[in-house]
Amino acid sequence: MTTSPTRKTFLRDGGGGRAVHDVGGLDFGPIDRHEHDLALWEKRTDAMLILLASKKDVFKIDAMRRVIEDYGQQEYDRTTYYEKWIRAIRNLLVEQEIVSAEEVERRMAEVADRHRAAGREVAKDRIEWSRSTPL
Amino acid sequence: MTAHSQIATRFKVGARVRIADRSALGHCRTPWYLRGRIGEIVEVHGAYHDPERLAYHKPGLPLQVLYKVRFLQSDLWPGYHGPATDHLEADIYEYWLEPTL
Repeated sequence: MTTSPTRKTFLRDGGGGRAVHDVGGLDFGPIDRHEHDLALWEKRTDAMLILLASKKDVFKIDAMRRVIEDYGQQEYDRTTYYEKWIRAIRNLLVEQEIVSAEEVERRMAEVADRHRAAGREVAKDRIEWSRSTPL
Repeated sequence: MTAHSQIATRFKVGARVRIADRSALGHCRTPWYLRGRIGEIVEVHGAYHDPERLAYHKPGLPLQVLYKVRFLQSDLWPGYHGPATDHLEADIYEYWLEPTL
């Protein structure tokens, strides 16, 4: 059975310039140290990052960190590790004009339609773009 | 990265430095909990492309010297109860370091 890490959210007290990811020293309670399985899409996300950042040089890993750090607190806390990655990869592909936001949205709609037609459940969550992504 | 002997370093191993107490304008690699704290240079890693510029698709130049800085845990956390020699090391770029008087 596939297990996922537990998500939790905490207010960052004393913010004032502290980015959403920069939580060292804040009390977030114990860390979930269970090993968890990776889904196929997560492994593909990992492979895509290596291809785009190391082989194709579409962007640097520092740019991906910047996009992930740019999420709001709620979005940052409720997404898993690879969800952050795939969203950042998508944003950077648009930012670097490899694909357009419209192309991504259209493709997502096509895939959703295909799943609905096959009687599968489709997540209602609309994809959210980083605030810094040019649209 | 450039070999140690070829890079101009502002700080030497053993120097006491203060981490700049300022907000970052964008992406940065200096943790919040170290800002304004004093530590000691324990190693010069070398000169690297600047992550604060790479994050915005810039070439990351000029290269920035990266140091390993050691902090006493008791200097970082109020009421720290562990042994007085407990420490933490962090990699910090030169433009985040200030000399201590």
